[in-house]
Amino acid sequence: MPPLIDLSPSDLAALWLTLKLASVTTLLLLLVGVPMAWWLAFTRSRWRSVASAVVALPLVLPPTVIGFYLLLLMGPHGWVGQFTTWLGLGTLVFTFAGLVVGSALYSLPFVVQPLQNAFQAMGQRPLEAAATLGASPMDRFFTVALPLAKPGLLTATVLGFAHTVGEFGVVLMIGGNIPDKTRVVSVQLFDHVEAMAYPQAHGLAAVMVVFSFAVLWLLYRKRTEPLGGC
Amino acid sequence: MPFARLFPLSLLSLASLLSAPVFADDVQVAVAANFTAPLQAIAAAFEQDTGHHVVASPGATGQLYAQINNGAPYEVFLSADDTTPAKLESEGATVKGSRFTYAIGTLALWSPKDGYVDDKGQVLKGDTYQHLAIANPKTAPYGLAATQVLDHLKLTQATQSKRVEGQNITQAFQFVQTGNAELGFVALSQVYKDGKITSGSAWQVPQALYDPIRQDAVVLNKGKDNAAAKAFVEYLRGAKAAQVIRSYGYALDAATH
Repeated sequence: MPPLIDLSPSDLAALWLTLKLASVTTLLLLLVGVPMAWWLAFTRSRWRSVASAVVALPLVLPPTVIGFYLLLLMGPHGWVGQFTTWLGLGTLVFTFAGLVVGSALYSLPFVVQPLQNAFQAMGQRPLEAAATLGASPMDRFFTVALPLAKPGLLTATVLGFAHTVGEFGVVLMIGGNIPDKTRVVSVQLFDHVEAMAYPQAHGLAAVMVVFSFAVLWLLYRKRTEPLGGC
Repeated sequence: MPFARLFPLSLLSLASLLSAPVFADDVQVAVAANFTAPLQAIAAAFEQDTGHHVVASPGATGQLYAQINNGAPYEVFLSADDTTPAKLESEGATVKGSRFTYAIGTLALWSPKDGYVDDKGQVLKGDTYQHLAIANPKTAPYGLAATQVLDHLKLTQATQSKRVEGQNITQAFQFVQTGNAELGFVALSQVYKDGKITSGSAWQVPQALYDPIRQDAVVLNKGKDNAAAKAFVEYLRGAKAAQVIRSYGYALDAATH
């Protein structure tokens, strides 16, 4: 009896690459997103509303449009491309690093907004209390703020990861469909559909859905507290 | 009651909307993305000459196929290949005997830089480029043709690591146009107007190096009883359309025109 789902080596390579991309992107987004969300939650700057709007922009633009502008900006004629070339990195289009940058931009609001809400819900009071007890700013952040914001952190991680796994338009525009470098599952799946190879498409889609469901379910099951607001 | 008095009126206006003159009908055309521009030009002439109106839906051939199979309202399908219309025909989704080749695609190796691509394509053998853009050979006929050319030139191995794939020929063209790939195999129709290359430099790849990119048209079952669909297909085979098609860098099939 043939196996129920027959994945080709290139399907498996695409799955692996997708996991890698989503993990690296999520990690990068947490590193960048936590300070950004912190600033947005507590700043009194009049630029706050402007910054919030900028963070939310990737929600508005269609991914292929974001991808097209990244293609222009990150290419040899764009200023990002010229900057990375000046740094000696070359241009980032058609590279894994380029996909990480594109995906991070695209998933940014999904990480920053839950974090910002969690920090806002927590408020300044626990931090002030900790300060009066003599906790240093670092202590306050790592032993008070982060544990209190844990539900938001979890939501941000899950959404950032899941959104990157499902990403298609940006990768399509700046990836160049290179095996092991930029050919992620969504693009591979689209290839199968376009080539009318429906059985392969169904197999890969099933794997993606089952895997994503399992990850999301496990994460949500672990969490007993209500959402950090999002 | 005002509504009661308005109701027959609104019915009347609705009826007048629905019963446009019989000689001016709409025809819904699903068109492969690479033929969108020539179709617009042909449709404009067609509308002027016949009064019928063309509603064009551009898309990738594979997508359009899936839509047609799932009840899309298209009446005429202008494919980027000849296999998809044949497949639809064998599945009974088309009007029997309506399939014909409306254009034959020409492949070009193109760069936006003047004087970069020579007229023999020798640049491919050199080492002056990092990225060579092609359309996805699994899904796009122009991509398949590009791989055939590379095979013929025995450059498949040498260019392997430089190859970047666009999902379709439009995207392959974008990669080159934005400078992200130095050169790429595109459809001549994308860089050609009125008998010459519009910008940069190009090599019009000889037809002997790849299988002909036959683009077939077919009348779908939904267009069976639409006079406008029939008229449009006739027009597409006519001399006026032929002139437009040729001006965009396509060749014509002697059996059609």
